[in-house]
Amino acid sequence: MTSGVIFDIKKFAIHDGPGIRTTVFFKGCPLACWWCHNPEGLTIAEQHIHHPERCIGCGECVQHCPQNAIELSDKGCLWDNESCIRCKTCVQTCPSEAHEFIGQTVTAGEVVDKIKKDIVFYDESRGGVTFSGGEPLMQVEFLLELLDACVQLDIHRTVDTTGYADAELLLSVAARTDLFLYDLKHLDAEKHRNYTGVSNKKILDNLKLIAQHGAKVNIRIPIIPGFNADDENINHTGEFISSLSGVRDVSLLPYHNAAKSKYSRLGVHCFPSEIQIPSKKEVHDIAERLEGFDLQVKIGG
Amino acid sequence: MNERVARLRKMSFESEPSISAERALLVTEFYKENHGKYSLPVLRALNFKNLCEKKTIYIGENELIVGERGPFPKAVSTFPELTCHSIEDFKILDSRDMTRYGVSDDAIEIYKQTIIPYWQGRTMRDRVFNNVPAEWKSAYEVGMFTEFMEQRAPGHTTLDGIIYNKGMLDFKAEIAEALAKLDYLRDPQASDKAEELTAMDICCDAAIIFAERHADLAEKMAEKETNPERKEELKRIVANCRRVPAHAPGDFWEALQMYWFVHLGTITELNGWDAMNPGHLDQHLYPFYERGLVDETLDREKAKELIACLWVKFNNHPAPPKVGVTAKESGTYNDFTNINIGGLKRDGSDGVNDVSYMMLEVIDEMHLLQPGTNVQISHKTPRRFLKAACRVIRKGYGYPSVFNTDEVVMEQVRAGKTLEDAREGGCSGCIETGAFGKEAYILTGYLNIPKILELVLSNGMDQMSGRKVGLETGDPCGFQNFDELYDAFVKQLNYIVDLKIKANNTIERMYAAYAPAPFLSVVIADCIANGKDYYNGGPRYNTNYIQCCGIGTVTDSLSAIKKHVFEDKVLTMEQLLKALKTNFKNEEALRLRLFNKTPFYGNDDDYADAIMQRVYASLVEAIDGKPNTKGSQYHLNMLSTTCHVYFGKVLGASANGRFAGTPISDGTSPSHGADRYGPTAVIKSLGKMDQSKSGGTLLNQRFLPSVVEDEDGIEKLAHLIRSYFKLNGHHIQFNIVDSKTLRKAQATPNEYRDLLVRVAGYSDYFVDLDQHHQEEIIARTEHDSF
Repeated sequence: MTSGVIFDIKKFAIHDGPGIRTTVFFKGCPLACWWCHNPEGLTIAEQHIHHPERCIGCGECVQHCPQNAIELSDKGCLWDNESCIRCKTCVQTCPSEAHEFIGQTVTAGEVVDKIKKDIVFYDESRGGVTFSGGEPLMQVEFLLELLDACVQLDIHRTVDTTGYADAELLLSVAARTDLFLYDLKHLDAEKHRNYTGVSNKKILDNLKLIAQHGAKVNIRIPIIPGFNADDENINHTGEFISSLSGVRDVSLLPYHNAAKSKYSRLGVHCFPSEIQIPSKKEVHDIAERLEGFDLQVKIGG
Repeated sequence: MNERVARLRKMSFESEPSISAERALLVTEFYKENHGKYSLPVLRALNFKNLCEKKTIYIGENELIVGERGPFPKAVSTFPELTCHSIEDFKILDSRDMTRYGVSDDAIEIYKQTIIPYWQGRTMRDRVFNNVPAEWKSAYEVGMFTEFMEQRAPGHTTLDGIIYNKGMLDFKAEIAEALAKLDYLRDPQASDKAEELTAMDICCDAAIIFAERHADLAEKMAEKETNPERKEELKRIVANCRRVPAHAPGDFWEALQMYWFVHLGTITELNGWDAMNPGHLDQHLYPFYERGLVDETLDREKAKELIACLWVKFNNHPAPPKVGVTAKESGTYNDFTNINIGGLKRDGSDGVNDVSYMMLEVIDEMHLLQPGTNVQISHKTPRRFLKAACRVIRKGYGYPSVFNTDEVVMEQVRAGKTLEDAREGGCSGCIETGAFGKEAYILTGYLNIPKILELVLSNGMDQMSGRKVGLETGDPCGFQNFDELYDAFVKQLNYIVDLKIKANNTIERMYAAYAPAPFLSVVIADCIANGKDYYNGGPRYNTNYIQCCGIGTVTDSLSAIKKHVFEDKVLTMEQLLKALKTNFKNEEALRLRLFNKTPFYGNDDDYADAIMQRVYASLVEAIDGKPNTKGSQYHLNMLSTTCHVYFGKVLGASANGRFAGTPISDGTSPSHGADRYGPTAVIKSLGKMDQSKSGGTLLNQRFLPSVVEDEDGIEKLAHLIRSYFKLNGHHIQFNIVDSKTLRKAQATPNEYRDLLVRVAGYSDYFVDLDQHHQEEIIARTEHDSF
């Protein structure tokens, strides 16, 4: 059985596709978008975080750490990345859940067991499972096994993807997927590379490809002022989507800074402070502009 | 809402509740004069008639539905024959900050001079406390259970449709027939039955007299009225009150007035728990509504206005306050009428009609404290009705609550009711199941389940008082494994339940003997035919409920002991007991370990849920089917109302990491902060409880308004409800919270771990967000509320 690395399984997910869903977040992503709101999905490596507000300074973790990688200070526990061997003894021994590891290696079977628990809700609401991330196609074998298991269980499958993946693999995923949530961040290759780390060529080509193959796709556009919210890019985006066969649904996801604290906890440099939150009017104007291309536009997930 | 309704609503909303000594005085004078002259049922009937003849009649400006229990709106009657308030009680009621009742000097004087001297030592409360065994008293005093009948008469009564087809004159004819049929030769109870039936007959006359007095007053008011429109209304009120309750109502307006007179009759006769309840009011009113539309005597606007006028009447009647109140205690004005909307009809077809939708509109527009409302959702209920209800729930009033009619029917059929009677039944009070109009389903009191475990862990001793109140089930440190502990728990449970039932059976006989309710008996099926009182097994069905509290707390505590003490062996029983005894003093790490590292109920985790199932099965085994004194049985309910706060106050620290004195889990909800995987996991856990074996369960869920702000959210809320009901859930209710609650959530995050918020494109737990973002959401919510 295949294993993979995930960072969360969220039940009662109500914004990741139709109905009531369970969303499985894969860890690791080929892109590094400036505004990423799931920074814990950027790298596949397991990451330690400490919640000082929960720490009661009991010293249990210090006592049990086999590497002596934790030290007790007056500010709570100090953890040393270098000597840590990721054994997670600190997580197990800490009574107050102040230690946490983002990311866990799990088998497909374990994930399917969790997905299966909420079948009654999927059945009632025409919901299902959503594989998100990170980028689920980064761990494609794991993804395929999960998709196959869900096909067997007759559970509706949604894949939330950047589209930055090998075309052949994407097609084999598409053959097992009921709905794609497909991100379109910018139509200009250079700008795309500057803000996400990769060119958009593969993403656009792949989108055309799966559309041709009849995949059901809902386009998601993050609205990032100063990056992609200008009329020119929106017009290009509208033109491009309307040229695809069978793709009409677009969701606009206005930028928000909810992930700010996640960045600091992960110890990752935080870009988003430079990004403005778009106003309601801006978002509505963009929606209207896109509707001009005969698209069904929804604000929010 | 039209102008009239707005005025009535404002008046009702703004009136201050006060105590009226009028009823107490009339009753006392009557008893002084007549006690000993008649049989008890006839005495009670004549007492009721005396009240109907002499109490002050009130008809307010703008009113279309008339009648008050007190001399004016929100003037609350007292019932010294049941419980007699002390002067101290009144002083506290008059001066406390929360749920205050104004008490005039006159009322205090009347109590001092007349009421207290007569009733001291003669009230039902005195009888109850004088006749229960000492073991019962000590268990009661330390908070093992409560006793409903020491404050109010047995109640939770709900009507079926009978009063819309029969008037008091029809009932009198039935009573005469039953009297004529009595067999004095072969039936040893014939003369008792004759007394009861005579009493019922007197009550029918009394109700007619009460209505006629309203007609007389309205007539006088009409003569003086200069506004021609109001003059016509008053004339119509005269006609209504001359027709009902003597005769069955002829139209929509009369139907509402009919109900209201019967309601007033029952709450004047005695102070039964949960006032009175019209049950499936939408179904009862619909034939009148339909007829009114056809013969053009009614339109939708008028019908809605009349329903709103009835709503005001409910709100005009705050619950009579308890006796023995303390300054700290606040109580509630709510008298728990809980109108059922939707559901099924007797023949099993869908009960939703236009009046059901109209009532949802009235709930939304009136949003008064009373009446409480619920929607009954069956597999046949239209999706649009459930969604319409969800749109009202979204407003955050906390009602309507939502019931699974199919489950409610199943519970009743299991308890031996016919399928048809079960479909006509529903839920009253909070979540209690009953066959409307045909059943006395009596709540006897709450049972403190976590405290039973506490007794086991102290070998029968109450932690807080140090008194021995339970069985000695052995030194807890001597238990070799979890099963030995659990066996002791079951023994202790059975001991306490039996103690409660024994006393309840005594109390039940006292009510049958000293406080019969002949008026109520007239309108409940089979009392007339049986010649027996509502409190004496007269109705078709006679259930007693014991309400079990704290299934979440006890499950989690047992789970913690099982895992940490008996399986992982990381903690000895001695260590645990010491920590519990000292309320985790200097043991915060241990407390947090218990709280964070134990499988808890509410997470769809079979480890904990299996323990819940085991405890639940033991509760059923201990309670279900035990005989009451009326030829019927006890069943259980999984309800705490607000008693989980009191039960928590008298409970020491518990093994799930709960501090002493803090609330235990409510209803069938998980312990505070125990459920960490969202509403679907909670619902799955609840779905593992065999709820059909109960007379009702209660699940609270909290959401932020943003989760249901759009139609998509409404749709998903409806799906969540339907999914729970597929798993045989009995009831679910939602708090759509405001920023005040969010502020509290910031201060005590562990209590609010289940609070979901919409962050941006996704939902998350509020307490998992950082301060910065919590602030942002609070600001947004406040902004939304403008």
